Amino acid sequence: MKTKKILPQLLTLLFIVLIFGFFTMNAQENMDTRGIEFGFSFLKQEASFDIQFSLIDYDGSMSYARAYLVGLLNTLLVSFIGIILCTILGALVGIARLSPNYLIRKTATFYIEFFRNIPLLLQIFFWYFAALRALPMPEDAPLLLGSSFLTIKGLYTPAPVWNNLDIFMITLIIALILIFFFNKYAKKKQEEDGTQYPKFFISLAIFVLLPATTFLIGGVDLSFSFPVLKQLALTAFTFEGGMGIPPELIALTLALTLYTATFIAENVRAGIQGIGKGQKEAAASIGLTPSQVLKLVIMPQALRIIIPPTTNQYLNLTKNSSLAAAIAYPDLVLVFAGTAMMQTGRAIEIVAITMATYLTISLAISALMNWYNKRIAIQEK
Amino acid sequence: MFKYLKQLTSMVAVFAVLFAFTTETMAAKKSKTLKNTQKKGFVRCGVSQGLPGFSNADASGNWTGVDVDVCRAVAAAVLGDANKVKFTPLSAKERFTALTSGEIDILSRNTTWTLSRDADIGLTFVGINFYDGQGFMVRKDSGITSTSQFKNGISACTNIGTTTELNMRDFFNSKGISYTPVAFEKADEVVAAYDAGRCDTYTTDKSGLAAQRTKMANPDDHIVLPETISKEPLGPVVRQGDAVWEDIVRWSLNTMIEAEEYGITSSNADSMKTSKNPQIKRLVGAEGEMGAAFGLDNEWNLRIIKQVGNYGESYKRNIADTGILPDRGPNQLWTKGGLLYVPPSR
Repeated sequence: MKTKKILPQLLTLLFIVLIFGFFTMNAQENMDTRGIEFGFSFLKQEASFDIQFSLIDYDGSMSYARAYLVGLLNTLLVSFIGIILCTILGALVGIARLSPNYLIRKTATFYIEFFRNIPLLLQIFFWYFAALRALPMPEDAPLLLGSSFLTIKGLYTPAPVWNNLDIFMITLIIALILIFFFNKYAKKKQEEDGTQYPKFFISLAIFVLLPATTFLIGGVDLSFSFPVLKQLALTAFTFEGGMGIPPELIALTLALTLYTATFIAENVRAGIQGIGKGQKEAAASIGLTPSQVLKLVIMPQALRIIIPPTTNQYLNLTKNSSLAAAIAYPDLVLVFAGTAMMQTGRAIEIVAITMATYLTISLAISALMNWYNKRIAIQEK
Repeated sequence: MFKYLKQLTSMVAVFAVLFAFTTETMAAKKSKTLKNTQKKGFVRCGVSQGLPGFSNADASGNWTGVDVDVCRAVAAAVLGDANKVKFTPLSAKERFTALTSGEIDILSRNTTWTLSRDADIGLTFVGINFYDGQGFMVRKDSGITSTSQFKNGISACTNIGTTTELNMRDFFNSKGISYTPVAFEKADEVVAAYDAGRCDTYTTDKSGLAAQRTKMANPDDHIVLPETISKEPLGPVVRQGDAVWEDIVRWSLNTMIEAEEYGITSSNADSMKTSKNPQIKRLVGAEGEMGAAFGLDNEWNLRIIKQVGNYGESYKRNIADTGILPDRGPNQLWTKGGLLYVPPSR
């Protein structure tokens, strides 16, 4: 009986191992005949190419490993911004989809149907090249918000210049810890004797006031460096100083956000519609205010429906960010699986590292979302 | 009598088997790629995704260009028909993987010959069919006429996966100029972004600049700066490990160049068979056994010249007459002050 159970599984396993072994041997043999060596030592070699946009200190005299890190951070950056923006937009549009107002409802429907049915790559090209053509040259750029410029070469904003940034950051972390414990205490107090604190305002006060005091007594100082127009040639201008956000990042974020938000909006709508009408009526009948009904009754249940499919959308967004290569945003695929692969010729190693990296990012997002999903799941007592 | 007949037939059979065996092993020993190509009936050739003058497809899918002609020459030599080529358009990033993985058998895609590419990644460069160098293009109204006018903060559009990215860094570093590289995967996007004004300059091989300029909205608004910042010897590449195939591609290219040297053209090739010059006769298959070493017949080189033409004809047809680079510059025969100098076919 036991062998009958195990045998098919063993055979399957053996089959998989054999196939894998065959591919490995085949690759090995082909690489041998073509004189290609396998190894990761190339990561220590000098990259000798520059990258347009980097969150960390980088120039071409650093190693391929460093270039990999630059690409990875750029991928994480665009994914992070994209996930936050598409969640906000998705939630708004999802709620708008259920609005009693005809115009709002139809606009939301039109937006969803339009953006989710056009291939993402086309949308990226559209935002990039349409935006490029539409944006002014640096010398013609109007002033935005008193200090920023949106030009064909990117968005130039004032850059913060910090003194004693570390003290500020430490205070910020202390503030967050304090808020965490305060909320715990407030909850306990409410359960014990029903005292209700204005939790949100007190938290906000801690978050703002505590770091603010470091400016007075901690020696923390913040000033800004402003972008200044610089002439390169008769008709060529650029901005110097300040912070430059490349148009590639803006276009990619815009395209990813607008595309993914449509799917999240549908998830949100499904989540809200999935809660029975009776729930809302029952909550209202025990005297909860409409905002309390939404916060305490509807959303906790709706989230259970919304989170799992939304996790998929977060993963999609992260993976779709690899389309960045098409518009010169230096993400992992462009920098590492592109330039680095070409310069070293280490196709197998680099593709393997890149695949492993995306897998790790995806699994990490999954794990985080699963943890959150468990937290909000029905807890039987 | 009958006994002898039987003996004779068996002897013939033995010889036939032996002979068949030897020809089979010769072809097999010669080259796996050659055998596969002859079996398939076409040469698998990797080209660019569209670079006028080098490899460019017209509206009906016909490929033309000097890089294309190298593959057509090999097809003429190996299969007897220059049109039996299957072209695979490849990005700079895909090209070497396509070759090493066996998707194509010749990579003729304006590819720079460098030490690391030749030695490290399982490739062999067989020769040079275009001497090039990296240059810069700028908008004419910018008033820039030399790279010495470049200033800190300049942005440069280019392709990824090319020697261009490395040369650009060397150049700007040596001049002490800080710059922003904007690197795209495909050439079309580079041109579109530069044309829109994303970058102050566009840098790639000068032949590429000249060719891409023809694709811009207003070609006359742009100029190529005179400076050349690198050596870019472009040539066809084959996989490492098939010496005979390597030789076939090398000598197909050499034949085109040498044919020009001796004045043999597609129109006069046949009449050259009766030439008094033995070197010319060898080039049109009228003397010596020049194909045997590759496992080819004796008229392989004649077919190249007749069907594809000599190097000069190819250059004129693809690069000069199309207005890309009318001046041959270094891509002139050594006898006329250029760099084209190939070993003799003998």
